[in-house]
Amino acid sequence: YGLLDEITNSAEEGMSLTHCNHAAFAVRRFSLWASSFHGSLFPHLTLSSDEMVAEFSQMLDWSDSALRSFAWHPHTDKFAVALLDDSIKIYKSNSSPTPTLKHRCQRSVCALQWKPLCGSALAVACQSCLLIWHVDPASLSTRPSSGCAQVLSHPGHSPITSIAWSPTGSLLVSASPVDTSMMVWDVAAESAVPLQRVGGGGVTYLSWSPDGSRLLAATPSALFRVWETRMWTCERWPCLKGSCQSACWSPDGGCLLLSMQGERVIYALTFSDLTGINNTYSSPVTAFFLMKNHLKQLFCPPFFSGSSFVLRAGDSQADNHPSVIAVFKTRSSPVFELLPCGFVMGEAGAEPRFMQFHPHFQHGALLTVCWSDGRISHVPFYFSSAGLLGGDSPQQALASNTTNPSSNKLYTEQIS
Amino acid sequence: MFSLKQNCWFIRKVVIWRAVASIAWSVLLLPVTSAVFVLLSRFSLFHPIQWISECTSLLTASSTIFSLVVLCGVVLITGLFNLEFYTLVPSIPCSRMALLGTVLHPRQCVHSLVYCTMGMLVMWCASVTIGGRYSTLGIPCKQSESGEVVTCLNEYHLFLLLAGAFMGYSHSFLGVVKNMYYVSFQPIQQYKYPRFKGCLPMVVKCSVIQSLYSARNFAALYFFFGKIFINLCITLQLYSSLQPLDSLTGLLDFSLLYHLSISGTFLYFTWYLTVLLFRIYVTEAYSFPVQSTFTEDAEQCLPKVLAETNTLVMKFLALQDLALLSQHSLSRRLEVFSLSQPGGHPHNWNAISRECMSLLSELTQRLLAHQDAVASNGRVKSQSASIDTRSASSSSSVVSGTEDVSETPRLSVPLRTPGSVFTSSVGGMHSALTAPFTPDVDSPFSSPAIRRLVGQQEPRSPWFGTVQSPHIMRRGPKLWSASTESQSNGSPPASPATVPSPPAANQKPSFLAQWLQNRREQVKSFLAKRVLIVYLFNKLPEASSQALFADSQAHIWALQGLSHLVAASFSEDQFGVVQTTLPSILSCLVVLLEAVDRHFKLPHASSKPVRTVCSMGDSTYKTLRFALRAALKTAIYKITTTFGEHLNAVNISTEHRKRLQQFLEFKE
Repeated sequence: YGLLDEITNSAEEGMSLTHCNHAAFAVRRFSLWASSFHGSLFPHLTLSSDEMVAEFSQMLDWSDSALRSFAWHPHTDKFAVALLDDSIKIYKSNSSPTPTLKHRCQRSVCALQWKPLCGSALAVACQSCLLIWHVDPASLSTRPSSGCAQVLSHPGHSPITSIAWSPTGSLLVSASPVDTSMMVWDVAAESAVPLQRVGGGGVTYLSWSPDGSRLLAATPSALFRVWETRMWTCERWPCLKGSCQSACWSPDGGCLLLSMQGERVIYALTFSDLTGINNTYSSPVTAFFLMKNHLKQLFCPPFFSGSSFVLRAGDSQADNHPSVIAVFKTRSSPVFELLPCGFVMGEAGAEPRFMQFHPHFQHGALLTVCWSDGRISHVPFYFSSAGLLGGDSPQQALASNTTNPSSNKLYTEQIS
Repeated sequence: MFSLKQNCWFIRKVVIWRAVASIAWSVLLLPVTSAVFVLLSRFSLFHPIQWISECTSLLTASSTIFSLVVLCGVVLITGLFNLEFYTLVPSIPCSRMALLGTVLHPRQCVHSLVYCTMGMLVMWCASVTIGGRYSTLGIPCKQSESGEVVTCLNEYHLFLLLAGAFMGYSHSFLGVVKNMYYVSFQPIQQYKYPRFKGCLPMVVKCSVIQSLYSARNFAALYFFFGKIFINLCITLQLYSSLQPLDSLTGLLDFSLLYHLSISGTFLYFTWYLTVLLFRIYVTEAYSFPVQSTFTEDAEQCLPKVLAETNTLVMKFLALQDLALLSQHSLSRRLEVFSLSQPGGHPHNWNAISRECMSLLSELTQRLLAHQDAVASNGRVKSQSASIDTRSASSSSSVVSGTEDVSETPRLSVPLRTPGSVFTSSVGGMHSALTAPFTPDVDSPFSSPAIRRLVGQQEPRSPWFGTVQSPHIMRRGPKLWSASTESQSNGSPPASPATVPSPPAANQKPSFLAQWLQNRREQVKSFLAKRVLIVYLFNKLPEASSQALFADSQAHIWALQGLSHLVAASFSEDQFGVVQTTLPSILSCLVVLLEAVDRHFKLPHASSKPVRTVCSMGDSTYKTLRFALRAALKTAIYKITTTFGEHLNAVNISTEHRKRLQQFLEFKE
């Protein structure tokens, strides 16, 4: 039967081929025209896959950077670094072995994120798919097999440039600049629900508010959306100029700071209808830096203390000026405030590429910066007096270099 | 047939209306799909104006209106079938024989027959709409020699009608094999319209693919059996001068195949759309009040509804509502933690936590029984070295006395829970009939009478305080547990509550019984060596594992609800009502975790199922065990990260504390 079916099929195909030759040509012409039209609407669609990853990655100059991505574990002293050769290394605070993760699907790693409320799962956004590594924290092996990785993929949903776990760890959202829908994954069941909104031409950056009630989705055009995660409806926020580059939430989820492409301003959005009542996580610590005349990155980990500040990278309009990270204090109540506080500077010639706060540093705040020369440095801030905004001055101690041997120097100095 | 004799208020007031709304929407969408079908079926590239004008005139013609009325009837019947057949817990056949039994079941036969008829009806409408050479069954034609006009059979029309019947049957067949009537819940909540919009492309894609497959299969079938069928069944003689259709050249008619696949797509799309709308409406979240001020509404409140076991859909929606309120609604959480007005007892919290924990410990017991079965089975195998092919999940037994008895694993009633007991509450009378064919089928070789002789049932106390479901048994002593098999004697009791529990507990099997047992084993080992028998009765890999976790969506919600409520109680519980139950919740979770961990060490348990490419049948039940494991770990982490060092003050056993310490250090 199978053979005869095949014969029938191939014969049918032959027939239809001659019929459809002209039609196919016309369709191809039309699709070419349509894609060029589409490309003129959304210029990012004309980029190649690698260029697109480089364009929308949170790591600056992603293509020639030695470090491709970086992620702290949300609960323990452990972080993952993606390297230029597409391998991922996991460093822990004690001197346990450092596992190296390699998988044949793991190419052009653009983002990493550890699953909250889990000791082992690490989500990796790759060029063609999404990988979920399950790295057993108790195991001593340095090369976990590729059997430890789950491969999640959806046709038309690549390259993936941003991923975000829900704070409860139950859902994972992934976004691709070529796909107008973002995928909400139930990772264990390997099933995805697409959430589609056509405007904007794709989704480049995702950020889940720490209380889990909202999700920011930035698009390549001058538009971003804020989804509420209960019934998954969204509100559109058109921007005046460029697209949304980076964003961070205040720890209570009530305030969203945004940086736009080509602008040197930080925007703040406040959401009033908070579901929770607890204000124990009162004020955010936020860091971002300004590169090539626009703000590139904002970071804001959960942090409970009355004191707060923001970091910000200096502008590099003057060529001989090195890039610096500027520190700001913030206060979220009664109104949102930003107060300049200080600067963090790298070695001569080194530019900050990526930064992230340690999610639960005991004594203050710990900022981790990836520099352009491939070093990772940790910059701790100790709060001398908690509570009052004016009273605290971040003391900058030597970076603790427990993990990366190359970063055994500190390049921070207080300027202001 | 349609036994909607559910007297539960939820079925009457909610489910019925949801089904009616879904059917109404499918009827309303019918003109749209018909219009698209008309446009596609009459498509001509070179005469666009003629095409459009023809279609508009056709759409307003009386024949089209009549077709629409017929199609409405078809949609109505499809909707009623959905309501009648839908299930929240899929039935998973554990062997090919069980699958065969499900397909050949009388109820399924009726279903297939109705779908065949409906398929023919839809195809008749389609062929009338397409018109031209397809429009009528008989056409006047001239006999070549005499010249008189007779009525001939129009083979094109017949071809389409038969294709409709074939597609109807394959829809019904695939509905069983792929669990088309299994309704799964989405991981996120969405409003109905966005969800429908999001699913629509998938439905179109599925119906096109399914239609192409069916068209191919039907063409092949017709090529071989078309002539025979016509000669057998039709008394009209073929005087058609046309090319007969069951030849290669007759079938390779591009326009015929195009119309076949277009009509097939229309057919499948109508049915799939009805299924989709039904799924969307039924799985919509329902908000139960946590407590009510009036006593007559008390049975509609969350604590009461959770304890309900007969109406499965209500229990599932209640658990979903619990999971949602624990995450999103502060005011309703406060109601859960509140104390009763006179007396000051935390009735709400007690009822909810007790119900969740009983669900979870029921799963624990089920897993332990399964592991026992596998373990004991392995031991027997190694001793007697007989080819016991139906191994895996089965009775926890080594029959006493005789040395070479390899007790063929028998699936006792407890393990049959997911498939049959629950569907009985939903689908009415059918479960009594399907029960012998559902997941864990009893051995067909043994008659009930023999089994009754062999052993006496040993009554066992339900494991956890309040839960009275008798289908969960405590893990008993191995020596005598063979006797549980007498429960599964062919005709299962109509309701789980009426399972008789004979008083005689430890009765030795009589000599006669042993002799019969030995005979039976000999017959069985003889049969077990035949290839066909082995093929039919061989366990499908991982099916038993899937069947164990078939209703785990409920457990996942219970875990989510419980963990989020406990975590929220850290700051919101004013009276400390949660603290009293915290030790039992923690130990319940840890015990379940140990059972799940052990289950995943079994063969086939941790192998991932093959992902289906595109099908309307929902296959999420295949991965529920992974989802459950992830949800369980997340739930424990949620509690340990919230309470942190305070957990050391909680009174739990040392091993459990050790395990929780692992979680506190994020070493799991």
